[in-house]
Amino acid sequence: MPLPLSGVKTSEEQAEAKRLEREQKLKLYQAATQTVFQKRQAGELDESVLELTSQILGANPDFATLWNCRREVLQQLEMALALAELGFLESCLRVNPKSYGTWHHRCWLLSRLPEPNWARELELCARFLEVDERNFHCWDYRRFVAAQAAVPPAEELAFTDSLITRNFSNYSSWHYRSCLLPQLHPQPDSGPQGRLPEDVLLKELELVQNAFFTDPNDQSAWFYHRWLLGRADPQDALRCLHVSRDEACLTVSFSRPLLVGSGMETLLLMVDESPLAVEWRTPEGRNRPSHIWLCDLPATSLNDQLPQHTFRVIWTAGDAQKECVLLKGRQEGWCRDSATDEQLFRCELSVEKSTVLQSELESCKELQELEPENKWCLLTIILLMRALDPLQYEKETLQYFQTLKAVDPMRAAYLDDLRSKFLLENSVLKMEYAEVRVLHLGHKDLTVLCHLEQLLLVTHLDLSHNRLRALPPALAALRCLEVLQANDNAIESLDGVTNLPRLQELILCNNRLQQPAVLQPLTSCPRLTLLNLQGNPLCQAEGSSEHLAELLPSVSSILT
Amino acid sequence: MADNLPSEFDVIVIGTGLPESIIAAACSRSGQRVLHVDSRSYYGGNWASFSFSGLLSWLKEHQENSDIVNECPAWQEKIHENEEAIALSRTDKTIQHVEVFCYACQDLHEDVEEAGALQKNHASVTSVNCTEAADSACLPVEDESLRTTSCEIPAEQTPSSDPERALEVNDVQVTGEKENCCDDNTCVPSTAEKETSENVPVAEDTAEQPKKNRITYSQIIKEGRRFNIDLVSKLLYSRGLLIDLLIKSNVSRYAEFKNITRILAFREGRVKQVPCSRADVFNSKQLTMVEKRMLMKFLTFCMEYEEHPDEYKAYEEITFSEYLKTQKLTPNLQYFVLHSMAMTSETGSSTIDGLKATKNFLHSLGRYGNTPFLFPLYGQGELPQCFCRCKAIIDQYGQRIISKHFLVEDSYLSENTCAHVQYRQISRAILITDRSVLKTDSDQQISILTVPAEEPGTFAVRVIELCSSTMTCMKGSYLVHLTCTSSKTAREDLEPVVQKLFTPYTETEIENEEIEKPRLLWGLYFNMRDSSDVNRNTYNDLPSNVYVCSGPDCALGNDNAVKQAEALFQQICPNEDFCPPPPNPEDIILDGDSLQPEASESSALPEASSETPKESSNLRNPEEPSK
Repeated sequence: MPLPLSGVKTSEEQAEAKRLEREQKLKLYQAATQTVFQKRQAGELDESVLELTSQILGANPDFATLWNCRREVLQQLEMALALAELGFLESCLRVNPKSYGTWHHRCWLLSRLPEPNWARELELCARFLEVDERNFHCWDYRRFVAAQAAVPPAEELAFTDSLITRNFSNYSSWHYRSCLLPQLHPQPDSGPQGRLPEDVLLKELELVQNAFFTDPNDQSAWFYHRWLLGRADPQDALRCLHVSRDEACLTVSFSRPLLVGSGMETLLLMVDESPLAVEWRTPEGRNRPSHIWLCDLPATSLNDQLPQHTFRVIWTAGDAQKECVLLKGRQEGWCRDSATDEQLFRCELSVEKSTVLQSELESCKELQELEPENKWCLLTIILLMRALDPLQYEKETLQYFQTLKAVDPMRAAYLDDLRSKFLLENSVLKMEYAEVRVLHLGHKDLTVLCHLEQLLLVTHLDLSHNRLRALPPALAALRCLEVLQANDNAIESLDGVTNLPRLQELILCNNRLQQPAVLQPLTSCPRLTLLNLQGNPLCQAEGSSEHLAELLPSVSSILT
Repeated sequence: MADNLPSEFDVIVIGTGLPESIIAAACSRSGQRVLHVDSRSYYGGNWASFSFSGLLSWLKEHQENSDIVNECPAWQEKIHENEEAIALSRTDKTIQHVEVFCYACQDLHEDVEEAGALQKNHASVTSVNCTEAADSACLPVEDESLRTTSCEIPAEQTPSSDPERALEVNDVQVTGEKENCCDDNTCVPSTAEKETSENVPVAEDTAEQPKKNRITYSQIIKEGRRFNIDLVSKLLYSRGLLIDLLIKSNVSRYAEFKNITRILAFREGRVKQVPCSRADVFNSKQLTMVEKRMLMKFLTFCMEYEEHPDEYKAYEEITFSEYLKTQKLTPNLQYFVLHSMAMTSETGSSTIDGLKATKNFLHSLGRYGNTPFLFPLYGQGELPQCFCRCKAIIDQYGQRIISKHFLVEDSYLSENTCAHVQYRQISRAILITDRSVLKTDSDQQISILTVPAEEPGTFAVRVIELCSSTMTCMKGSYLVHLTCTSSKTAREDLEPVVQKLFTPYTETEIENEEIEKPRLLWGLYFNMRDSSDVNRNTYNDLPSNVYVCSGPDCALGNDNAVKQAEALFQQICPNEDFCPPPPNPEDIILDGDSLQPEASESSALPEASSETPKESSNLRNPEEPSK
């Protein structure tokens, strides 16, 4: 029978009841916390601590210190209560499925259980991911469980399949694929690691294309696409070796910044097949990872008595070496990988199969027609064009850059830098095809200089009419540079014009050099004879000529 | 239970269809004393769901020409002198043109036994005017089968006489029906006749092991309780008015739902799946990449078409199907949007109507899963019952009860009252089949398929196929509902579609396992009266305190019932909140004693996040928000 009732509480009464309840809760919470801390300090790590912490953690699982307490207790009790702990953790996860502390505690517990039931853990993950397929805490835990339980990668891949099918906007799922696929399809030892066989690659590309044609604004798919086309880290290599008789100096250039130390990772120099102990240093003199390392050579290694001297450099850590010859009567000798036959600059994308790239380019262009303002599509088109043929597509690429900048003005500076990089790469390619050591980079709207380590042999560099704000430290890699033109930029600092042994002419008209002090690095360039500073603010200052003459006594001609 | 009902109520509601049940619940939530009565032995009126045997009994009722003699009613002596009686109809005249077909294999000895016992193949209900009456202010509750339910607050404290249980008692007598199935590939339509269950051997299947997956008629009878067959076939739009109402009123706690798993289309003679959600489009194998983009782009536009008037203003004068041709959509996609999402016809609707319908479809998408629709487990007939759930049930009659407001469902009104009313008709078919119209890995699919009209003057047919996990049919079978606005009899309207999609079950074809179409095991056609757009003024002589509720309409959703219920409720209880949630049990102050009501679960009803598809949702599961 219905109970007789005399009314329903008013909203004020309800609010008051709620307030009292909250107050009561807070009291209990604080009291329990205090007791736990006292017990912990007193070393009383018994079951009562488990009980108290479970009251608090059950309501608020994000209390890291209490999890630590529990671990201490559980260790003391030798895990006898581990099974109950598993159940408790599940109830905490239901309170907050994204609690770092809870998931971590479960990892800790499971790795200490004598006979963990991994199947049950996988099931738990599947259930939590069904509720929220993007819970990356749970994904993390799943990878842990899958590794512990040695779940075959194929099964895990199928699991990511099912989640992507349900909602492809899932970074964790795509990421997991990028971990699993290389495991499933290992490359032969010699080949580059991380690349996929073509049939697998094509299947993945189709899958990810489905995603970005369905929703081109979903970033997760584009990131995965980039991974599919991107290269694995190249093996360390010696790109260039240069010997100069005049400067009695040997320079090496690496494929990535490395630290040449004295231990295992040492760089051995063999001169005429016998080892020579040398001191390696970076051009700017700092002992930090660098593309470029150089050493002074003793006169005996350079004398003219032999018809030639052979220099061989061995990078012991990376199993790489390079050899060059200095012929009698020559000032210098070198050996280098050419940018034209090695894909030095295509580090954005690595898939060699140009048919794959070509068809990817076609689908992206198709998508771009439908979605002219999609930035991911535009960027991918640019990258694909570069991977296919940077010079042939140069003009088209620049047009796409323009569109991309218009649709994504927030990233204009990033895009300018990227464009500068690509243009510089193209110029280097053109220079090498022409087999000269003169690099023209004028009128290219450059905002940044990169790949300078590739320019070790360049003697003449023209950077005029760009938007450069600095000549960066990496410029010190240009060991052969004799003439540097950088008119009409916005250069404020000259940090990179340092220790350039052959620099004779430096033309810096119409820039933003403010103080004579910014010219300080030039003092380390011994052969500098001509310096043109016309049109810079520092020329306006009274007595600037005298000041400059004083700072750079060896420079015979300073134009202001 | 009380021996006598109170003699006075604020509102009397006659009929337990969806709108009546909502109104009764709403009035009682607003503190009105409500007497809710139904002369039928089951809930829901034409909104009801039946077990197989229950359906057979229902059929029998509508096929028999019940000759009810005009007895001198005892109620007349309870009418006061200054009162005027309004006669209510005693028989249901809303169902016509009932035709039943059985294709499933009958047991051999039955055939022998019943050979020649062929029945008429067409039965229509002749309506007999009956003489139930009610006066404008006074209701004699008299019919011997009258079942009354009365509402009381609070909902939680109803005694254990669960209305559902009580109802099911009526279903216990399994009436076996005999139909004949010929072995020469032609099926003779037969109708259900009085046969008792003893004649149907409920043999154990030991002998039938080799034919295990072939369902026989006796199996259907035997497993009849597994069926919950809806008289009206509807779905709930995930963001439709009914879902909102179920959530707001907390009535959702009484029901569980399943998401429709797929939207199908019938094009070029084949059933295809319509990709409508993001996940569908992504997974679709039949769309090209460019089609995927086109479709997603168009659907995204439809979601917010009102904000881009320049994109459709120029096309306002033409039909939606013409408009679709101007868009960057392949014919395939145009078909999907027109027939399966907007669910409009080639000629029927304007650009704006089509965009609105598409938006409505998309708006409901993703709330609880990858399609916009939910289906209540155990059938649509559960819904009126949910709104009745909070009441006591009593069987009683012969009492004079007074009320200010009197709400009656259309089918209760007598022929005299309805003499000038023009009714539309709904054509319905209910089929039991052995497999899905589109086979996939999972055999537990719930599908909706729209078959466009072929000839002018006819209407598109809506097909809803339910699998056994919806708790509406036996394992291994599918329950298929076909619905359209009538242009002829149900069979004439629907049979062409049935023939396109299904094939009659026959012995010879069973050898061919590769057969594509599902086989029909059993089928039923009938027409149902559609009183949804009847203007109240066309009824004769209704006093102003008598309100009329319509029966089910032909639309897919339940918006009409909810709108109607809310409008009538506002007339009865002006300025009252419509179906507010019941008070939290903790907030109820009880008289005198310290008896605490049981704490119920939280009444919070967070929405499912769009990224969380649910297998079976009871609308209450708190969802995990995604980062």
